[in-house]
Amino acid sequence: MEVNWLIILDFIPQLLKGAQVTVHITVVGLLGGVVVGAIAGLMRAYGNAVINAIAFTYIEVIRGTPIVVQVMFLYFALPVLASIRIDPMTTAILAIIINAGAYIAEIVRGAVLSISKGLTEAGLAIGLPRWKVIRYIVGPLAFRRLIPPLGNQFIVSLKDTSLFIVIGVGELTRTGQEIMAANFRAVEIWTAVAVMYLIMTGLLSLMLRMVEKRMRIL
Amino acid sequence: MTEPIIEFRNVSKHFGALKVLDEVDLQIHRGEVVVLVGPSGSGKSTLLRCINGLEKITGGDLIVNGMSVLGGNKVMREIRQEAGMVFQQFNLFPQMTALENVAFGPREVRGLSRKDARDLARELLAKVGLADKANHEPMELSGGQQQRVAIARALAIKPRVMLFDEPTSALDPELKQEVLNVMRALAAEGMTMVVVTHEMGFAKQVGTRLIFMEHGKIAVDGTPRDVIDNPPNDRMKDFLQHV
Repeated sequence: MEVNWLIILDFIPQLLKGAQVTVHITVVGLLGGVVVGAIAGLMRAYGNAVINAIAFTYIEVIRGTPIVVQVMFLYFALPVLASIRIDPMTTAILAIIINAGAYIAEIVRGAVLSISKGLTEAGLAIGLPRWKVIRYIVGPLAFRRLIPPLGNQFIVSLKDTSLFIVIGVGELTRTGQEIMAANFRAVEIWTAVAVMYLIMTGLLSLMLRMVEKRMRIL
Repeated sequence: MTEPIIEFRNVSKHFGALKVLDEVDLQIHRGEVVVLVGPSGSGKSTLLRCINGLEKITGGDLIVNGMSVLGGNKVMREIRQEAGMVFQQFNLFPQMTALENVAFGPREVRGLSRKDARDLARELLAKVGLADKANHEPMELSGGQQQRVAIARALAIKPRVMLFDEPTSALDPELKQEVLNVMRALAAEGMTMVVVTHEMGFAKQVGTRLIFMEHGKIAVDGTPRDVIDNPPNDRMKDFLQHV
Protein backbone atom coordinates (compact mmCIF):
# COMPACT_ATOMS: atom_id res chain seq x y z
CA MET A 1 0.00 0.00 0.00
CA GLU A 2 1.37 3.36 -0.97
CA VAL A 3 1.50 6.12 1.63
CA ASN A 4 -1.16 8.68 0.87
CA TRP A 5 -1.17 11.60 3.28
CA LEU A 6 -4.32 13.09 1.88
CA ILE A 7 -6.31 10.22 3.30
CA ILE A 8 -5.84 11.79 6.75
CA LEU A 9 -8.21 14.59 5.79
CA ASP A 10 -11.12 12.15 5.65
CA PHE A 11 -10.57 11.09 9.20
CA ILE A 12 -9.88 14.44 10.81
CA PRO A 13 -13.42 14.96 12.16
CA GLN A 14 -13.34 11.50 13.73
CA LEU A 15 -9.88 12.06 15.22
CA LEU A 16 -10.92 15.45 16.55
CA LYS A 17 -13.80 13.79 18.35
CA GLY A 18 -11.33 11.40 19.91
CA ALA A 19 -9.06 14.28 20.85
CA GLN A 20 -12.02 15.98 22.47
CA VAL A 21 -12.55 12.96 24.70
CA THR A 22 -8.84 13.00 25.55
CA VAL A 23 -9.03 16.68 26.52
CA HIS A 24 -12.16 16.07 28.56
CA ILE A 25 -10.58 13.25 30.58
CA THR A 26 -7.37 15.24 31.02
CA VAL A 27 -8.98 18.47 32.17
CA VAL A 28 -11.49 16.94 34.59
CA GLY A 29 -8.95 14.38 35.79
CA LEU A 30 -6.28 16.96 36.43
CA LEU A 31 -8.65 19.34 38.18
CA GLY A 32 -9.46 16.50 40.56
CA GLY A 33 -5.84 15.43 40.67
CA VAL A 34 -4.70 18.89 41.74
CA VAL A 35 -7.25 18.94 44.56
CA VAL A 36 -6.35 15.43 45.73
CA GLY A 37 -2.64 16.15 45.32
CA ALA A 38 -2.80 19.41 47.23
CA ILE A 39 -4.61 17.72 50.12
CA ALA A 40 -2.30 14.69 50.20
CA GLY A 41 0.78 16.88 49.81
CA LEU A 42 -0.24 19.15 52.68
CA MET A 43 -1.04 16.08 54.77
CA ARG A 44 2.51 14.91 54.13
CA ALA A 45 4.06 18.30 54.87
CA TYR A 46 2.04 19.30 57.91
CA GLY A 47 0.16 16.27 59.20
CA ASN A 48 0.86 14.38 62.39
CA ALA A 49 2.21 10.82 62.21
CA VAL A 50 -1.16 9.20 61.43
CA ILE A 51 -2.25 11.70 58.78
CA ASN A 52 1.20 11.56 57.27
CA ALA A 53 1.12 7.75 57.12
CA ILE A 54 -2.25 7.77 55.34
CA ALA A 55 -1.00 10.15 52.67
CA PHE A 56 2.31 8.31 52.42
CA THR A 57 0.59 4.96 51.85
CA TYR A 58 -1.66 6.38 49.14
CA ILE A 59 1.28 7.98 47.35
CA GLU A 60 3.51 4.92 47.55
CA VAL A 61 0.80 2.49 46.41
CA ILE A 62 -0.03 4.62 43.38
CA ARG A 63 3.54 5.48 42.46
CA GLY A 64 4.57 1.87 42.93
CA THR A 65 2.04 0.33 40.54
CA PRO A 66 1.57 0.86 36.80
CA ILE A 67 -1.35 3.05 35.81
CA VAL A 68 -2.68 0.28 33.53
CA VAL A 69 -2.99 -1.99 36.54
CA GLN A 70 -4.78 0.79 38.43
CA VAL A 71 -7.24 1.19 35.58
CA MET A 72 -7.84 -2.54 35.37
CA PHE A 73 -8.37 -2.65 39.10
CA LEU A 74 -10.91 0.17 39.05
CA TYR A 75 -12.78 -1.25 36.09
CA PHE A 76 -12.67 -5.00 36.66
CA ALA A 77 -11.75 -5.64 40.30
CA LEU A 78 -13.83 -2.99 42.04
CA PRO A 79 -17.16 -4.44 40.82
CA VAL A 80 -16.17 -7.80 42.29
CA LEU A 81 -14.81 -6.40 45.54
CA ALA A 82 -17.39 -3.77 46.34
CA SER A 83 -20.15 -4.26 43.77
CA ILE A 84 -19.35 -0.82 42.41
CA ARG A 85 -19.68 -0.72 38.66
CA ILE A 86 -18.55 2.41 36.89
CA ASP A 87 -18.64 3.21 33.21
CA PRO A 88 -15.40 3.43 31.23
CA MET A 89 -15.41 7.23 31.01
CA THR A 90 -15.83 7.67 34.77
CA THR A 91 -13.16 5.04 35.34
CA ALA A 92 -10.78 6.93 33.09
CA ILE A 93 -11.33 10.25 34.87
CA LEU A 94 -11.09 8.61 38.26
CA ALA A 95 -7.86 6.88 37.27
CA ILE A 96 -6.28 10.19 36.26
CA ILE A 97 -7.44 11.86 39.47
CA ILE A 98 -6.00 9.11 41.65
CA ASN A 99 -2.82 8.65 39.64
CA ALA A 100 -1.96 12.30 39.03
CA GLY A 101 -3.01 13.10 42.62
CA ALA A 102 -0.23 10.92 44.00
CA TYR A 103 2.47 12.53 41.89
CA ILE A 104 1.12 16.03 42.45
CA ALA A 105 1.13 15.34 46.21
CA GLU A 106 4.88 14.83 46.07
CA ILE A 107 5.29 17.97 43.96
CA VAL A 108 3.24 19.98 46.47
CA ARG A 109 5.14 18.55 49.41
CA GLY A 110 8.47 19.32 47.77
CA ALA A 111 7.47 22.87 46.94
CA VAL A 112 6.16 23.54 50.44
CA LEU A 113 9.25 22.10 52.10
CA SER A 114 11.53 24.11 49.81
CA ILE A 115 10.25 27.32 51.39
CA SER A 116 12.57 28.36 54.19
CA LYS A 117 11.39 27.24 57.61
CA GLY A 118 12.34 30.66 58.90
CA LEU A 119 9.44 32.24 57.00
CA THR A 120 6.96 29.92 58.69
CA GLU A 121 8.52 30.76 62.04
CA ALA A 122 8.37 34.48 61.28
CA GLY A 123 4.67 34.12 60.46
CA LEU A 124 3.93 32.09 63.59
CA ALA A 125 6.00 34.48 65.70
CA ILE A 126 3.70 37.42 64.93
CA GLY A 127 0.81 35.32 66.17
CA LEU A 128 -0.66 34.09 62.91
CA PRO A 129 -2.51 30.78 63.05
CA ARG A 130 -0.78 28.09 61.00
CA TRP A 131 -3.44 28.07 58.28
CA LYS A 132 -2.85 31.75 57.61
CA VAL A 133 0.88 31.14 57.41
CA ILE A 134 0.21 28.48 54.78
CA ARG A 135 -2.44 30.51 52.98
CA TYR A 136 -0.67 33.87 52.81
CA ILE A 137 3.05 33.23 53.20
CA VAL A 138 4.21 29.71 52.31
CA GLY A 139 1.44 28.99 49.81
CA PRO A 140 2.05 31.83 47.36
CA LEU A 141 5.82 31.18 47.43
CA ALA A 142 5.43 27.43 47.03
CA PHE A 143 2.96 27.91 44.19
CA ARG A 144 5.60 29.56 42.05
CA ARG A 145 7.97 26.65 42.51
CA LEU A 146 5.12 24.27 41.77
CA ILE A 147 4.47 25.38 38.22
CA PRO A 148 7.38 23.74 36.34
CA PRO A 149 7.03 20.22 37.85
CA LEU A 150 3.25 20.52 37.72
CA GLY A 151 3.53 21.21 34.00
CA ASN A 152 5.47 17.99 33.57
CA GLN A 153 2.81 16.02 35.37
CA PHE A 154 0.03 17.59 33.29
CA ILE A 155 1.76 16.46 30.12
CA VAL A 156 2.38 12.96 31.47
CA SER A 157 -1.27 12.65 32.50
CA LEU A 158 -2.47 13.86 29.13
CA LYS A 159 -0.46 11.15 27.43
CA ASP A 160 -1.53 8.57 29.99
CA THR A 161 -5.11 8.92 28.76
CA SER A 162 -4.02 6.92 25.70
CA LEU A 163 -3.99 3.74 27.73
CA PHE A 164 -7.71 3.93 28.40
CA ILE A 165 -7.82 2.10 25.13
CA VAL A 166 -7.74 -1.01 27.34
CA ILE A 167 -11.21 -0.32 28.73
CA GLY A 168 -12.63 0.92 25.48
CA VAL A 169 -12.84 4.65 26.06
CA GLY A 170 -13.13 6.39 22.70
CA GLU A 171 -10.24 8.78 23.19
CA LEU A 172 -7.72 9.74 20.56
CA THR A 173 -5.56 6.60 20.55
CA ARG A 174 -8.57 4.33 20.53
CA THR A 175 -10.04 6.32 17.65
CA GLY A 176 -6.80 5.93 15.72
CA GLN A 177 -6.80 2.22 16.41
CA GLU A 178 -10.37 1.87 15.14
CA ILE A 179 -9.69 3.76 11.92
CA MET A 180 -6.53 1.73 11.37
CA ALA A 181 -8.36 -1.54 11.88
CA ALA A 182 -10.73 -0.61 9.07
CA ASN A 183 -8.27 0.71 6.45
CA PHE A 184 -4.77 -0.46 7.55
CA ARG A 185 -3.36 3.03 6.92
CA ALA A 186 -0.87 2.68 9.77
CA VAL A 187 1.63 5.33 8.67
CA GLU A 188 -0.91 8.04 7.95
CA ILE A 189 -3.19 7.45 10.90
CA TRP A 190 -0.53 7.02 13.58
CA THR A 191 1.30 10.05 12.24
CA ALA A 192 -1.91 12.06 12.49
CA VAL A 193 -2.57 10.78 16.00
CA ALA A 194 0.97 11.63 17.09
CA VAL A 195 0.72 15.13 15.65
CA MET A 196 -2.55 15.71 17.46
CA TYR A 197 -0.97 14.69 20.75
CA LEU A 198 1.93 17.02 20.00
CA ILE A 199 -0.45 19.89 19.39
CA MET A 200 -2.24 19.25 22.67
CA THR A 201 0.93 18.89 24.76
CA GLY A 202 2.42 21.88 22.93
CA LEU A 203 -0.55 24.06 23.82
CA LEU A 204 -0.39 22.86 27.40
CA SER A 205 3.32 23.74 27.63
CA LEU A 206 2.64 27.13 26.15
CA MET A 207 -0.11 27.84 28.65
CA LEU A 208 2.08 26.81 31.55
CA ARG A 209 4.93 28.95 30.31
CA MET A 210 2.61 31.92 30.17
CA VAL A 211 1.48 31.33 33.74
CA GLU A 212 5.11 31.03 34.79
CA LYS A 213 6.03 34.26 33.04
CA ARG A 214 3.25 36.19 34.65
CA MET A 215 4.53 35.27 38.07
CA ARG A 216 7.78 36.51 39.44
CA ILE A 217 9.73 33.47 40.48
CA LEU A 218 11.26 34.01 43.88
CA MET B 1 9.13 43.61 92.68
CA THR B 2 6.05 43.12 90.51
CA GLU B 3 5.03 39.92 88.74
CA PRO B 4 7.70 38.77 86.31
CA ILE B 5 6.64 39.10 82.67
CA ILE B 6 8.53 35.91 81.79
CA GLU B 7 9.01 33.11 84.26
CA PHE B 8 10.82 29.84 83.62
CA ARG B 9 9.85 27.27 86.22
CA ASN B 10 12.17 24.32 86.16
CA VAL B 11 12.07 24.27 82.36
CA SER B 12 13.72 21.45 80.44
CA LYS B 13 13.93 20.91 76.72
CA HIS B 14 15.00 17.67 75.10
CA PHE B 15 15.69 17.00 71.44
CA GLY B 16 15.36 13.23 71.59
CA ALA B 17 18.01 12.08 74.05
CA LEU B 18 19.80 15.41 73.95
CA LYS B 19 19.05 17.71 76.86
CA VAL B 20 19.30 21.30 75.61
CA LEU B 21 17.76 23.05 78.61
CA ASP B 22 18.31 21.51 82.00
CA GLU B 23 15.77 22.53 84.64
CA VAL B 24 16.11 26.26 84.09
CA ASP B 25 14.61 28.72 86.59
CA LEU B 26 14.54 32.33 85.47
CA GLN B 27 12.43 35.40 86.07
CA ILE B 28 12.48 38.39 83.77
CA HIS B 29 10.75 41.59 84.80
CA ARG B 30 9.29 44.48 82.87
CA GLY B 31 11.87 46.92 81.57
CA GLU B 32 14.81 44.54 81.84
CA VAL B 33 17.20 44.16 78.92
CA VAL B 34 18.53 40.66 79.36
CA VAL B 35 21.51 39.66 77.26
CA LEU B 36 21.98 35.93 76.76
CA VAL B 37 25.45 34.74 75.89
CA GLY B 38 27.19 31.41 75.79
CA PRO B 39 29.04 29.00 73.53
CA SER B 40 27.14 27.46 70.64
CA GLY B 41 25.01 24.58 71.81
CA SER B 42 24.68 26.03 75.30
CA GLY B 43 20.93 26.42 74.86
CA LYS B 44 20.64 30.21 74.65
CA SER B 45 18.70 30.31 71.37
CA THR B 46 16.52 27.42 72.51
CA LEU B 47 15.77 29.26 75.75
CA LEU B 48 14.66 32.27 73.73
CA ARG B 49 12.58 30.21 71.29
CA CYS B 50 10.76 28.46 74.12
CA ILE B 51 9.36 31.82 75.23
CA ASN B 52 7.25 32.19 72.08
CA GLY B 53 6.71 28.49 71.56
CA LEU B 54 8.84 27.99 68.47
CA GLU B 55 10.34 25.24 70.59
CA LYS B 56 8.06 23.23 72.87
CA ILE B 57 9.29 22.75 76.39
CA THR B 58 9.46 19.13 77.52
CA GLY B 59 9.53 19.72 81.27
CA GLY B 60 8.48 22.33 83.80
CA ASP B 61 6.36 25.36 82.98
CA LEU B 62 6.97 28.70 81.34
CA ILE B 63 4.71 31.68 82.01
CA VAL B 64 4.64 34.69 79.69
CA ASN B 65 2.56 37.68 80.76
CA GLY B 66 0.47 35.41 82.95
CA MET B 67 -0.11 32.73 80.32
CA SER B 68 1.47 29.28 80.22
CA VAL B 69 3.12 28.12 77.00
CA LEU B 70 1.42 24.79 77.72
CA GLY B 71 -2.00 26.41 77.35
CA GLY B 72 -2.64 25.20 73.80
CA ASN B 73 -2.67 26.81 70.37
CA LYS B 74 -4.94 29.72 71.16
CA VAL B 75 -3.02 30.78 74.24
CA MET B 76 0.22 30.33 72.31
CA ARG B 77 -0.99 32.77 69.67
CA GLU B 78 -1.78 35.27 72.40
CA ILE B 79 1.66 34.82 73.90
CA ARG B 80 3.19 35.42 70.49
CA GLN B 81 1.33 38.69 70.24
CA GLU B 82 2.95 39.72 73.52
CA ALA B 83 6.44 38.57 72.54
CA GLY B 84 7.74 39.78 69.19
CA MET B 85 10.73 38.01 67.72
CA VAL B 86 13.59 39.12 65.49
CA PHE B 87 15.57 36.40 63.74
CA GLN B 88 19.20 36.06 62.72
CA GLN B 89 18.20 35.61 59.07
CA PHE B 90 15.59 38.44 59.11
CA ASN B 91 12.98 36.15 57.49
CA LEU B 92 11.09 38.94 55.76
CA PHE B 93 8.25 37.74 53.55
CA PRO B 94 9.87 38.02 50.11
CA GLN B 95 6.62 38.44 48.19
CA MET B 96 5.74 41.60 50.11
CA THR B 97 7.20 45.10 50.21
CA ALA B 98 8.74 46.45 53.40
CA LEU B 99 5.48 48.22 54.19
CA GLU B 100 3.37 45.12 53.57
CA ASN B 101 5.69 43.05 55.75
CA VAL B 102 5.07 45.40 58.64
CA ALA B 103 1.36 45.93 57.96
CA PHE B 104 0.58 42.23 57.60
CA GLY B 105 0.60 41.36 61.31
CA PRO B 106 -1.59 44.25 62.51
CA ARG B 107 -4.10 43.44 59.78
CA GLU B 108 -4.23 39.67 60.07
CA VAL B 109 -3.53 39.29 63.77
CA ARG B 110 -4.76 42.46 65.43
CA GLY B 111 -7.62 42.99 63.00
CA LEU B 112 -6.74 46.55 62.01
CA SER B 113 -8.28 48.01 58.86
CA ARG B 114 -6.11 48.11 55.77
CA LYS B 115 -5.58 51.81 56.12
CA ASP B 116 -4.84 51.76 59.85
CA ALA B 117 -2.39 48.89 59.37
CA ARG B 118 -0.56 50.78 56.64
CA ASP B 119 -0.47 53.97 58.69
CA LEU B 120 0.98 52.06 61.62
CA ALA B 121 3.50 50.38 59.33
CA ARG B 122 4.59 53.69 57.89
CA GLU B 123 5.03 55.10 61.36
CA LEU B 124 7.15 52.13 62.45
CA LEU B 125 9.28 52.19 59.31
CA ALA B 126 9.97 55.86 60.04
CA LYS B 127 10.92 54.90 63.55
CA VAL B 128 13.57 52.44 62.32
CA GLY B 129 14.73 55.03 59.80
CA LEU B 130 13.33 53.42 56.68
CA ALA B 131 10.41 55.65 55.76
CA ASP B 132 11.87 56.03 52.26
CA LYS B 133 12.10 52.26 51.72
CA ALA B 134 8.43 51.46 52.35
CA ASN B 135 7.76 50.28 48.83
CA HIS B 136 10.98 48.34 48.37
CA GLU B 137 11.03 44.58 48.35
CA PRO B 138 13.25 42.77 50.85
CA MET B 139 15.66 41.70 48.10
CA GLU B 140 16.31 45.36 47.28
CA LEU B 141 17.39 46.17 50.83
CA SER B 142 20.71 45.65 52.58
CA GLY B 143 20.92 43.15 55.43
CA GLY B 144 20.85 45.91 58.00
CA GLN B 145 17.81 47.47 56.40
CA GLN B 146 16.05 44.11 56.20
CA GLN B 147 16.70 43.53 59.88
CA ARG B 148 15.31 46.94 60.75
CA VAL B 149 12.15 46.15 58.76
CA ALA B 150 11.98 42.87 60.69
CA ILE B 151 12.14 44.81 63.95
CA ALA B 152 9.35 47.10 62.75
CA ARG B 153 7.32 44.02 61.76
CA ALA B 154 7.70 42.57 65.24
CA LEU B 155 6.84 45.91 66.89
CA ALA B 156 3.73 46.26 64.75
CA ILE B 157 1.80 43.70 66.78
CA LYS B 158 2.45 45.82 69.89
CA PRO B 159 4.34 43.25 71.93
CA ARG B 160 5.28 43.79 75.56
CA VAL B 161 8.55 41.91 75.14
CA MET B 162 10.97 41.74 72.24
CA LEU B 163 13.03 38.62 71.66
CA PHE B 164 16.16 38.96 69.56
CA ASP B 165 17.86 35.81 68.28
CA GLU B 166 21.37 36.86 67.21
CA PRO B 167 19.99 39.87 65.31
CA THR B 168 23.35 41.07 64.04
CA SER B 169 25.23 37.80 63.47
CA ALA B 170 24.43 37.68 59.77
CA LEU B 171 25.47 41.29 59.16
CA ASP B 172 28.68 42.97 58.05
CA PRO B 173 30.33 45.00 60.81
CA GLU B 174 29.23 48.36 59.34
CA LEU B 175 25.64 47.18 59.13
CA LYS B 176 25.53 45.83 62.66
CA GLN B 177 25.57 49.32 64.14
CA GLU B 178 22.41 50.54 62.44
CA VAL B 179 20.52 47.57 63.88
CA LEU B 180 22.09 47.95 67.31
CA ASN B 181 21.14 51.64 67.29
CA VAL B 182 17.50 50.77 66.72
CA MET B 183 17.68 48.25 69.56
CA ARG B 184 19.33 50.84 71.78
CA ALA B 185 16.50 53.30 71.10
CA LEU B 186 13.98 50.60 71.88
CA ALA B 187 15.64 49.84 75.21
CA ALA B 188 15.66 53.54 76.02
CA GLU B 189 11.89 53.59 75.58
CA GLY B 190 11.65 50.99 78.30
CA MET B 191 10.90 47.95 76.12
CA THR B 192 11.54 44.65 77.84
CA MET B 193 14.09 42.80 75.76
CA VAL B 194 15.76 39.41 75.72
CA VAL B 195 18.72 39.39 73.37
CA VAL B 196 20.89 36.49 72.29
CA THR B 197 24.06 38.10 70.97
CA HIS B 198 27.82 38.09 70.84
CA GLU B 199 28.00 41.89 70.95
CA MET B 200 29.67 42.48 74.29
CA GLY B 201 29.79 46.23 73.72
CA PHE B 202 26.03 46.28 73.33
CA ALA B 203 25.62 44.04 76.36
CA LYS B 204 27.66 46.37 78.52
CA GLN B 205 26.06 49.54 77.24
CA VAL B 206 22.42 48.59 76.96
CA GLY B 207 21.96 45.38 78.94
CA THR B 208 20.64 45.57 82.46
CA ARG B 209 21.41 41.92 83.05
CA LEU B 210 23.69 39.35 81.53
CA ILE B 211 23.15 35.63 81.57
CA PHE B 212 25.90 33.22 80.58
CA MET B 213 24.63 29.79 79.63
CA GLU B 214 26.49 26.54 79.53
CA HIS B 215 25.26 22.97 78.96
CA GLY B 216 21.62 24.03 79.13
CA LYS B 217 21.99 25.75 82.47
CA ILE B 218 22.34 29.34 83.59
CA ALA B 219 25.96 29.47 84.71
CA VAL B 220 26.24 33.18 85.44
CA ASP B 221 23.53 35.79 86.03
CA GLY B 222 24.61 39.31 86.86
CA THR B 223 25.12 42.90 85.83
CA PRO B 224 26.80 43.07 82.41
CA ARG B 225 29.59 45.39 83.49
CA ASP B 226 30.43 43.27 86.54
CA VAL B 227 30.45 39.90 84.88
CA ILE B 228 32.18 41.02 81.69
CA ASP B 229 34.93 42.87 83.52
CA ASN B 230 35.28 40.25 86.23
CA PRO B 231 34.07 36.90 84.90
CA PRO B 232 33.10 34.81 87.92
CA ASN B 233 34.40 31.57 86.45
CA ASP B 234 37.10 30.32 84.10
CA ARG B 235 34.71 28.98 81.52
CA MET B 236 33.17 32.41 81.03
CA LYS B 237 36.56 34.12 81.07
CA ASP B 238 37.65 31.74 78.33
CA PHE B 239 34.45 32.41 76.38
CA LEU B 240 34.83 36.18 76.59
CA GLN B 241 38.34 35.96 75.18
CA HIS B 242 36.95 34.37 72.05
CA VAL B 243 34.13 36.78 71.20
